[in-house]
Amino acid sequence: MTHHPAGSLLAASGLRKTYGPTTALDGAEFSIHPGEVVAVMGPSGSGKSTLLHCLAGIVPPDAGSITYNGQEMAGLSDTQRSALRRSEFGFVFQFGQLVPELTCVENVALPLRLNGTGRKEAERTALAWMERLEVDDLGAKRPGEVSGGQGQRVAVARALVTGPRVLFADEPTGALDSLNGERVMELLTEAARSTNAAVVLVTHEARVAAYSDREIVVRDGKSRDMERAV
Amino acid sequence: MSIGHTLLGLLESGPRHGYDLKRAFDEKFGHDRPLHYGQVYSTMSRLLKNGLVEVDGIEAGDGPERKRYAITDAGVSDVALWLATPEKPEPYLQSTLYTKVVLALLTHRNAADLLDTQRSEHLRMMRILTDRKRNGDLADQLICDHALFHLEADLRWLELTAARLDKLAEAVTR
Amino acid sequence: MSAGQWSRDLGMGAKFAFTGGREGWVRVLLTAVGVGLGVALLLLTTALPGAIKARDDRGSARDDFTYISEAKPKADDTLIIARTDSTYHSEDIRGRLTEPEGPKAPLPPGITKFPAPGDMVVSPALDRLLKSDSGKLLRERLPYRVTGTIAQSGLIGPAELAYYAGAEGLGKRLSGGKVERIDYFGPSVKPPGEGLDPVLLLLVLMVFTVLLMPVAVFIAAAVRFGGERRDRRLAALRLVGADGRMTRRIAAGEALAGSLLGLVFGTAFFLAGRQLVALLEVRDVSLFPSDLDPSPALALLVAAAVPAAAVLVTLLALRGVVIEPLGVVRTTKPPRRRLWWRLLLPLAGLGLLYPMVGQGNGNGDFNEWMVIGGTVLLLVGITALLPWIVEAVVARLNSGSVSWQLAVRRLQLSSGTAARLVNGIAVAVAGAIALQMLFSGVEAAYTKETDNDVSRAQMTVDVRGGASQEKVAREFAQTKGVQTAKTITTTYVGERTNNPETSIEVAVGSCAALREVATLKSCRDGEIYRILGGEYDEGTRELAQAGRTVYFDPSYTDYEHPAAAWKVPAGLKTAAPREDPTGYARDGLLITPRALPAAATAGLSQKVYVRFDPSVPDSRDNVRNTAARFDPLADVYNMTVSEQSTQFRSIRTGLFVGATCVLVLIGASLLVSQLEQLRERKKLLSSLVAFGTRRRTLSLSVLWQTAIPITLGLVLASTVGLTLGTVLLKMTGTKVTVDWLSVLTMTGIGAAVVLVVTLLSMPPLLRLMRPDGLRTE
Repeated sequence: MTHHPAGSLLAASGLRKTYGPTTALDGAEFSIHPGEVVAVMGPSGSGKSTLLHCLAGIVPPDAGSITYNGQEMAGLSDTQRSALRRSEFGFVFQFGQLVPELTCVENVALPLRLNGTGRKEAERTALAWMERLEVDDLGAKRPGEVSGGQGQRVAVARALVTGPRVLFADEPTGALDSLNGERVMELLTEAARSTNAAVVLVTHEARVAAYSDREIVVRDGKSRDMERAV
Repeated sequence: MSIGHTLLGLLESGPRHGYDLKRAFDEKFGHDRPLHYGQVYSTMSRLLKNGLVEVDGIEAGDGPERKRYAITDAGVSDVALWLATPEKPEPYLQSTLYTKVVLALLTHRNAADLLDTQRSEHLRMMRILTDRKRNGDLADQLICDHALFHLEADLRWLELTAARLDKLAEAVTR
Repeated sequence: MSAGQWSRDLGMGAKFAFTGGREGWVRVLLTAVGVGLGVALLLLTTALPGAIKARDDRGSARDDFTYISEAKPKADDTLIIARTDSTYHSEDIRGRLTEPEGPKAPLPPGITKFPAPGDMVVSPALDRLLKSDSGKLLRERLPYRVTGTIAQSGLIGPAELAYYAGAEGLGKRLSGGKVERIDYFGPSVKPPGEGLDPVLLLLVLMVFTVLLMPVAVFIAAAVRFGGERRDRRLAALRLVGADGRMTRRIAAGEALAGSLLGLVFGTAFFLAGRQLVALLEVRDVSLFPSDLDPSPALALLVAAAVPAAAVLVTLLALRGVVIEPLGVVRTTKPPRRRLWWRLLLPLAGLGLLYPMVGQGNGNGDFNEWMVIGGTVLLLVGITALLPWIVEAVVARLNSGSVSWQLAVRRLQLSSGTAARLVNGIAVAVAGAIALQMLFSGVEAAYTKETDNDVSRAQMTVDVRGGASQEKVAREFAQTKGVQTAKTITTTYVGERTNNPETSIEVAVGSCAALREVATLKSCRDGEIYRILGGEYDEGTRELAQAGRTVYFDPSYTDYEHPAAAWKVPAGLKTAAPREDPTGYARDGLLITPRALPAAATAGLSQKVYVRFDPSVPDSRDNVRNTAARFDPLADVYNMTVSEQSTQFRSIRTGLFVGATCVLVLIGASLLVSQLEQLRERKKLLSSLVAFGTRRRTLSLSVLWQTAIPITLGLVLASTVGLTLGTVLLKMTGTKVTVDWLSVLTMTGIGAAVVLVVTLLSMPPLLRLMRPDGLRTE
């Protein structure tokens, strides 16, 4: 088994990460192809989120290698990794991610504006994405004024607005009921497929994981790629 | 599922040929498993014998069976009685998976691997159902959800068991 | 509502304050520290008048110069004391030479034994300075052996530089104000009711009002620390059955507990700060810890007023909040802020002050209460106007960078919080601007413009005694850092040896030196000039005539001393007057060295005009050292453009001491709220970082978030400050001029506080922006 299968967009091998006395990752492996949706599953505290944070370049691993598009991420500075996250990656978290004082459309436009796009153009693009996620009527509202499901769709729109090549979703439906959760998952995977973006989906819910193409199980900081294992 | 009661219920809206009945059944409830024609024939003859349906007329033709069936009053009350009787919840006390896990532990095989493989299998099925649900109509969605929730329940049990394998091993090998 | 119910709810609130888990503790601690800082400052302010009095008392207890012209006869209870005050590295040194003339000679306070000639006793601060590396030059100037230290009773402050050195032969140099014979220490004559004049009293009142206002604003802000979390906790109480009134009382109880703890903290801070006070010296003022002793009545007032204010502020703050069982509802959109009543406050303030316009000249008295009332209303007006202005302006702000957008949107949602934060600074700055204006306006009356021309010389030295001019000129010219040192020898000639009716000045020096004090067409050594054309040149015309006999250094006492006679030679040339670098245009005679009669050696004194090379450090102290080498009693004048009355200077000093404390305090409260706000946004910050937000963007948005309201606050503060200053100047009957430099300085200080606060909140911000915040555990 090769650690970095040919053609993979994002691959990692031998990832190790400790937070103080706790070992979050202990030799985890990962790979994903363009357009693929991979679920990262496992019991809580198993290191799923840490794996996502490492893959996304949010935290540097203590050991191991991560390659994105053939480039080793370990060599990148914090600034370079930030720039990579801004332009190539998108993020959806469970909650607490929308800036409460910005309107929804301003929230969606935020990543574009961080990349230097002008305000008008950024908000036009943002509104188009909000339309795709069926929340274009919420543009002028603030996150505090919309429901959880709507807020999460806004967050998905924001994650996709820059046309990222990898979308990282950490328990994106964790705070939603099943109907809203499934709708968000449907819209998310649909949008990702239509742009050929890869999705790294961290979840502990099987029904959310069922939206993936394959799953990886993390237990005690070690990963197990079920497809390859079978 | 009681095929007899289902066919009776379908007849309540009006008399049908046996072939129509099969088609209606397949369309609404059959999903992955279409009804075998012989099954319709045998079921209808049993219902006839019990006086729950009657033959409304026979059409001449080449087909093996061109009888038209109609529901009788006794049949209507039988359907009503069936619908009003709650289904007995499935106790799920006989689980092959559980047996496999315990045996794996007793024989010192890797029970965690077994569970992982099973999870993968479950997820494969869930993916198929999810995909179908995405492309299907409301009826499809409901029937798939029913299955998905059951599979999810299995998976939850699976996770719980995986988390308690050490304790279980201790208990069964003592 | 029964008192029992009240006390039960308050008690419950107090209990919640201490048992509310870690969160509750943090909140109580924040409030207590904030209130404590405020209380400490209040106690300090109440203690200051006492401290200043104690300082003044010790100062007058060691008064030594009587300024009485007739000399006392020598006796066994007399002491000759000489003033040798000096300056070192721009710090003043109080110096005295002592020569006891009998066993009962009075000892100055703080020392137990007179130092023997060549020895000295020094203040602890001077002792430290002399022993340190930076005291090297001073050691050269004070060539005495240190044999003891001066005790607290002989010093006005712990940082005072002072010494008493033993000397001999001072009796030959007795002169009023410089060397005197005394038989006691203490105030010479009871000061003739030297109370503060009304204008100075006004200044003192203003300083206190202006300094205490921000402290009140600060305490009010401190009581509201962590209010949002508290509200959520109260909502939980509603869920289990507390009614609306009960929650308010419970909240008041929490505030009460916090403020009571704050009182304890404040006392501790004050006691600790009192010890620290000895270590620091703010603008020449240092205080002994024991001097800072607040009067019991004022301390009691503080102890009662602070908790009461805490409860009041809490109840007021909860007015617009409805605490429902399932959460906190801010009365939907807070009612639009109305302008009219906010304008009413400052207008009422102006109304109170206006009737007193013009009363300061002459002996008019100000009504203290109207002054304080008017000022307080004007300053409170700022705190009322600021929220309205911030809201109105922020609502109109738009477009801009991401950091700007984040800040503006946040301010739009909670402009009130932002305004509250900067209220303190705005009030302090407005008050300080008004005071500065008042100071610079009144300054003219209390500051003498000197006639010094500092481009020609920056120091003058008077050396008496026998040193020759060549030696003096050479030594000063060779002193390190001196560019030119022009020396003239000065004396007088009169028509008689004793009590002459007419006497004229004589200056002896090289042509170059003489050109400093008169305008000469041509000059050659051996010539004599008389200066004609000045305002008072009659004496010169009378005495400076060829063939007339005059006497050098005539005596003005009954005791005759030999004065050399001199016949004014023929060939006298005429010179025109010119102001010397100190602005003095002399007349009389100018004599070049070769023309000076040999007999005229007594009573000569050397005057040196020194110009420095600005690139050499410590040149002034080098010159002082050279002067001290010639004569410890030499007078050294540092030439400045203006001189201030010392009383005036001490008020100004007080303002700076206070303003520094207040701004530090406000900075602290800004920092606390900033950190609190950041902590609540931990998750959001980490997720923003996750999707690639630059740290710079977030840091900038934090900066904007304080900078926008502060800028508005400073603009308003400047307006109010200038208005108040104008009114105050009109009250004192002084011409209204705006001291733009001080406006800029004060707003600059305010802005600096923002910057410092932003900088200090950077490390926590950067820490919060670490991705660890994303971990859900």
